[in-house]
Amino acid sequence: MHPAASVIVFTTFSGIGFGLMTLLGLRFGVENPWFQWTATIAAYFFAGLGLLSSTLHLRRPDRAWRAFSQWRSSWLSREGVMSILTLGVFGLYSIGVLFLDVYDPWLGAIAAIMALVTVLTTSMIYAQLRTVPRWSTGWTPLAFYGFAIAGSLLLLAALLATFGAPHARQVEQYAMAAIIIAWAIKYGWWRHAETATLSARGSGTGDATGLGRIGSVRPFEPPNTSPNYLMKEMIYRVGRQRARALRRMALFLGAVAPVILIALATYAGAAAPLLILAFLLHLAGMLAERWLFFAEAEHAVGSFYRATDPMAA
Amino acid sequence: MTTLPHHTEKKLGLVIDLDICVGCHACAVSCKEWNTGAYGAPLSDLHAYGADPSGTWLNRVHSYEVKPKEGPAQLIHFPRSCLHCEDAPCVTVCPTGASYKRTEDGIVLVDEDKCMGCGLCAWACPYGARELDGAVGVMKKCTLCVDRIYNDNIPEEDRVPSCVRTCPANARHFGDFADPESDVSIMVAKRGGYDLMPEQKTKPVNKYLPPRPKTQGATANAEYAMPAAETVQPGGLLGWLDKALAVID
Repeated sequence: MHPAASVIVFTTFSGIGFGLMTLLGLRFGVENPWFQWTATIAAYFFAGLGLLSSTLHLRRPDRAWRAFSQWRSSWLSREGVMSILTLGVFGLYSIGVLFLDVYDPWLGAIAAIMALVTVLTTSMIYAQLRTVPRWSTGWTPLAFYGFAIAGSLLLLAALLATFGAPHARQVEQYAMAAIIIAWAIKYGWWRHAETATLSARGSGTGDATGLGRIGSVRPFEPPNTSPNYLMKEMIYRVGRQRARALRRMALFLGAVAPVILIALATYAGAAAPLLILAFLLHLAGMLAERWLFFAEAEHAVGSFYRATDPMAA
Repeated sequence: MTTLPHHTEKKLGLVIDLDICVGCHACAVSCKEWNTGAYGAPLSDLHAYGADPSGTWLNRVHSYEVKPKEGPAQLIHFPRSCLHCEDAPCVTVCPTGASYKRTEDGIVLVDEDKCMGCGLCAWACPYGARELDGAVGVMKKCTLCVDRIYNDNIPEEDRVPSCVRTCPANARHFGDFADPESDVSIMVAKRGGYDLMPEQKTKPVNKYLPPRPKTQGATANAEYAMPAAETVQPGGLLGWLDKALAVID
């Protein structure tokens, strides 16, 4: 699949933003107005930037308002509805916290649950697609959750350390655990992805054309002399060498470096700058991870354009 | 509404006979011609005279080499277009309500005035039947020539999809699959018409008829197949000539 920058930013940033809303709604924060303002703005910044970025993926963004209408059947519509509702409910909760000095635990819990449901709807946009074997698995929502919570916990730890909150260290430990769990889930996702090929799912070239019953099928002549929309959008292929390098980079920036920096922050002091650096590196690693999520994904229509059966390939 | 109808009165669709198709692309060209001037926005071409031309097509004809375990390979031409699936995933994923499946005849259409060009329906379709138009930015797909098949202003014989009307080999047929007595239903029953990618659980309406088995191709061709040069060991005059030539060679 074509790794469009708009959807990469959308899925990573909105995950962190709604993850942070969950944590703030569950009162993981601290009653310090500077922290509260910064954390609330950060949550809206990440969620908002993610959502705005998703509209860049539209060719007719003037009609984006219609996307709130089909929640009965469409995960993308549900994502739109849930994200706007969550921004609203979390806004009500934040007004209480920021202006009235009122913590409404129920409103916070509702905002937290809604933010979690929003992350689910985001992941289901991809997990629902039977056409993309490596996305269409329960591992995909799990991985989206893992990274949304890990990234937002790390951001929260950085903010707590910045404002000198007493329980910053505890949240640092949570963040470290969450990063390790998230990457363990991603490892499971990758293991699943290796087996989720088109031919393994019964969507290889022989099955796609139905000609496999005669013999091995090899595309002989393409229907067009130059690449078309389908090929550019769905049959994006990335050099294996570069994919492996990017996977290593994603692992180092997204997992190894933040875990080391968190350990340093916990035991060596100067926590705030180290944690901010850890968060920024993690974010860069996540962008690489999400790039691979799209670029490495095979779409069933590819079977019409190149031999996807192991025999014929 | 992007929820699918439980039942459609008719199931209009196509039968494509892979035994007959000669791969002339006339169906694709006539489709482009009709649909660029009919329902919805034109099917655009970008950089049509440039170095990197591309365009929107609702029907594309692939060619495959199929090699049986024994016998020579076959070349099979394979037109690919929307299958107007009963469980069309492209419809249910649509967030704006632009995509819908008609209750009366099962045709899957896009209301282009509602489409925001997110492209998710094209991702959901395993058959590559939907293409986002490069110029207009809305999703284009086969309409089964909905503006021909019910059109009282054109002669009756023209009230079929443009691809069917055009096919010079008669490899494409249009009809109602809900009626077991229709030509297309009978054809599918007799020839073992099949679904593309049944594992995708889309329940396509369009069916493909498989190429008929080659009855004598393998053995008949073998007799005339040219043996490799080094295995030829002629005798008599030819053998003498062969040796003489080998001296010069």
